[in-house]
Amino acid sequence: MATVEARGVSKSYQGRTVLASLDLDMGEAELICLLGPSGCGKTTLLRIIAGFITPDTGTVHVGGRDVTALPPAARKMGMVFQAYSLFPNMTALDNVRFGPRVAGQAKTEQVKRAGELLDLVGLAQHRDKYPHQMSGGQQQRVALARALAVRPDVLLLDEPLSALDAKVRLQLREEIRRIQRETKVTTVLVTHDQEEALSISDRVAVMNGGKLLQVATPSVIYRQPADAFVARFIGLAGILPGVAEGAAVRMSNGTILPADAAVAHQSGRSVEMFLRPEHVRLQRMNGHVPPGALAADVQEATFLGSLTRVRLRLPELPDHAGLWADMPSEHAADFAPGQRVTAHWHETSPHVIAVEAAQAS
Amino acid sequence: MRRFGLAGWTVLGLAGLYFIVPLLMTVSFSLWQGHGNYGFDAYRSLLARPNLLPSLIVSIELGLATCAAIVLLLAPAMIFMHLYAPKLRPVFEFIAALPFVVPAIALVAGLSVLFTGPDWLIGTPFYLTIPYFFLALPYAYRAIDVGIRAIDLTTLTEAGQSLGASLGQIIRMVVLPSLRPALIGSMLLSFAVVMGEFTFANVLLFHTFAVLINEVGQNAPTEAAALSTLSFLITWGAMLGVLMVGRGNAQLGGAR
Ligand SMILES: Nc1ncnc2c1ncn2[C@@H]1O[C@H](COP(=O)(O)OP(=O)(O)O)[C@@H](O)[C@H]1O
Ligand SMILES: [Mg+2]
Repeated sequence: MATVEARGVSKSYQGRTVLASLDLDMGEAELICLLGPSGCGKTTLLRIIAGFITPDTGTVHVGGRDVTALPPAARKMGMVFQAYSLFPNMTALDNVRFGPRVAGQAKTEQVKRAGELLDLVGLAQHRDKYPHQMSGGQQQRVALARALAVRPDVLLLDEPLSALDAKVRLQLREEIRRIQRETKVTTVLVTHDQEEALSISDRVAVMNGGKLLQVATPSVIYRQPADAFVARFIGLAGILPGVAEGAAVRMSNGTILPADAAVAHQSGRSVEMFLRPEHVRLQRMNGHVPPGALAADVQEATFLGSLTRVRLRLPELPDHAGLWADMPSEHAADFAPGQRVTAHWHETSPHVIAVEAAQAS
Repeated sequence: MRRFGLAGWTVLGLAGLYFIVPLLMTVSFSLWQGHGNYGFDAYRSLLARPNLLPSLIVSIELGLATCAAIVLLLAPAMIFMHLYAPKLRPVFEFIAALPFVVPAIALVAGLSVLFTGPDWLIGTPFYLTIPYFFLALPYAYRAIDVGIRAIDLTTLTEAGQSLGASLGQIIRMVVLPSLRPALIGSMLLSFAVVMGEFTFANVLLFHTFAVLINEVGQNAPTEAAALSTLSFLITWGAMLGVLMVGRGNAQLGGAR
């Protein structure tokens, strides 16, 4: 239950920059996911906050207090690791009361606190089990309870779900969110799974190459990605390169496609237009392509339950640009592979990003 | 379950014979009293030897001292190596393999050159703890190394630190208890090595159990066979201990 501020944090190993002067601000009781591809520096940042790594430059403040020079044991941070972090020689209950125990609390207090937390994570009846007697998901619940037992200012989780199978992962992430809301502990969760990040975060911090590219709510990250990397990394998008021209983008073959967002860019500027599958509408080709639409061939239709996702090829665009369109599955019969269609969208739907920004990342 | 097959049983049977026949021969020879008589004479006269108990005690004391050195020196050194200096691992591996590479007789020659020093050190058999530590090192190192790899030492330590524990608390409350089976295994192995060591003790003129076996063998062959049988039983008991503890280890290892 504290704010966290990382200021100008950098770290390099053998001259290789892993974090480049990075700033992150977290509000009280906020849950932020650090999201990015493997090797982008997420764990390094988390461990700097935890105190296991000393940054080359920069500071970490928790609740306004500078903790940069404090060792991990003095930081009041709960940490949940990817796996195998429970003390194998202790029962679930003893694991959870470890923090209160080394803090010198009375034993009855320790046991009471540990019991409450095992209740909170739904493992009250497993308190006397050893780690090897529990499933991976149960072990991670115990690890979460153990981290919370010290009433941490900040809870840090490094890919806590990545070693679990899909169903347990889904359950446990909802539970982490519920428990985080109940305990109101400021939380940083590292993940490379965008769905996980979008579904449980207050804000998502997208990282790449040791930099924070965008820190925003899931819906802003999804709808208004700050740059081409974020747009490509989060969700699925058709990407159409062209040149800004008023409230439209001109393709290399001269086709003009509506995109209100293009007005933010100088006319003549090279841009990329991003189109989410849910914004693309399809019609069967009936001879002509109306202005503002694109001719396309259905390449593949994937049934996803209520939705069907159609992959399109755009033969009129020279660079084999691709596009996806989602539609209710009951309409999908019209769009079998090989079908010629026209694709169009509302002019407010596309997101437009200048190409220099795309190359920079 | 796959069937074992005739070939499997044959190999197993031959291997079993290879181990059991010499053992049976030793036992039966230890019971031989000459002229087709069998009995426990050899055991009786063996137990009547005045130097049996003292040499056994010296060997046991040496075994315990070596175990203490393993737990108090080697184990902490390996824990710190794993945590803070993983790059030193090849050095550790090399040192741990040295006793296999250098023959015992070369070691003892080197040691006798250094066989000078204060009387409290070289005047007692405990001086042997130093070479015995190195003789036991390969076995003890392996046993502890397997134990440390079976737990995620770094993660456990970091988890402990984030919960506010000091390194001492973590080692005492988490690491050593988790390594208990490995430590006990390494101690039993070291103990067995010390019980059977002959070269050092003999050359440096200390009268240990193994030296006694050799001595007895020179003049009373059936007693030597009896002694071998006894020492086999002791070793076998120690191995059984390792196996029993190993089962506990498998349970802890199941935490992964
Ligand atoms: N101790 C280290 N020594 C050298 N390079 C390291 C060290 N720790 C991390 N790195 C490098 O830093 C980069 C970022 O690592 P990390 O923070 O673990 O990434 P992530 O958690 O996002 O996958 C990686 O390229 C990794 O190889
Ligand atoms: Mg990582």
